[in-house]
Amino acid sequence: MNLHSLALVAVITAVTILTRLLPFLLFGGKREPPALILELGRALPCAVMGMLVVYCLRSIDLTAAPFGAPEVMAVAVCVGLHIWRRSTLLSIAGSTALYMLLVQAVF
Amino acid sequence: MNKKAIRAAFPLTVPVMAGYLVLGMGFGILLQSKGYSFWWAGLMSLTIYAGSMQYVAVDLLSAGASLLSAALMTLILNARHLFYGLSMLEKYRPIHGGRKAYLIHGLTDETYSLVCSAKPPEGVEAGVFYFWISLLDQCYWLTGSVVGGLLGQVLPFDTTGIDFAMTALFVVIFTEQWLTRKNHLSAIIGLGVSAVCLVLFGPDNFLIPAMAGIALLLTVLRSHLKEKEADA
Repeated sequence: MNLHSLALVAVITAVTILTRLLPFLLFGGKREPPALILELGRALPCAVMGMLVVYCLRSIDLTAAPFGAPEVMAVAVCVGLHIWRRSTLLSIAGSTALYMLLVQAVF
Repeated sequence: MNKKAIRAAFPLTVPVMAGYLVLGMGFGILLQSKGYSFWWAGLMSLTIYAGSMQYVAVDLLSAGASLLSAALMTLILNARHLFYGLSMLEKYRPIHGGRKAYLIHGLTDETYSLVCSAKPPEGVEAGVFYFWISLLDQCYWLTGSVVGGLLGQVLPFDTTGIDFAMTALFVVIFTEQWLTRKNHLSAIIGLGVSAVCLVLFGPDNFLIPAMAGIALLLTVLRSHLKEKEADA
């Protein structure tokens, strides 16, 4: 486990550094970045967050009890809290506490 | 000069300190709950140093993901860094050597938003000022994650379900982006394509087709993304 985990950390580090370094390598001179890159750059973060939400919820089984009820409720509370107070920490702490309560004591 | 730079940089980083300490602790606790002791959290906060990627990395590590799928996941999740870099080209152009290397390594979402708006005080070299902002931020994140890892070992309560912190983090970022933008097409594409791919390919294999589908749709529909976002 440990050796593979270390390799994973190394790979993730290398790719992360690459994504941070690449613009400076490619456009460090005077070259202008292509328009398509800039347009995608504005749109991609929203799409990727949507993808990650689905990724986090991928293992829910909608065909067996509790039919994803804890996840649905906690996500709804998270969105509601965030629209209400716009406080990242409150939204995360509140919904996570609720989820823990639901999976430990209710379902 | 360092003293003066720190004195100017520190107050700006206080909001990030609060967030990084708490989110870092969440990361450390989560990692610990999967059986990785605090030094793993410290190592990852030193080397990877990318908040949401580290939360996903907890998943990748505990599931023993393949190196290739980890690399792809990192690439798509951190692709936004490419655009942070693009907008910092001018600001970081006069800075050189090790300091510049560290500034690039430390370009997280939060540090980016600080150095984007912060102006160095009179008599302090810009590079030194940005360096301290970046370094302080990483110290907060590192401290939070190590403390979280240590706390995780001694927490007296049942941590079942604490994984939801990661879901909540992404739901919050998604909601925040939704609220601050007028054009929701890319958000809908992200959710929609991923959901369809999840149904078609199943939970273990849907990510790569989803990434490809999102990139393709965004490229094809890019005129619709641009037009409306101009007034966002």
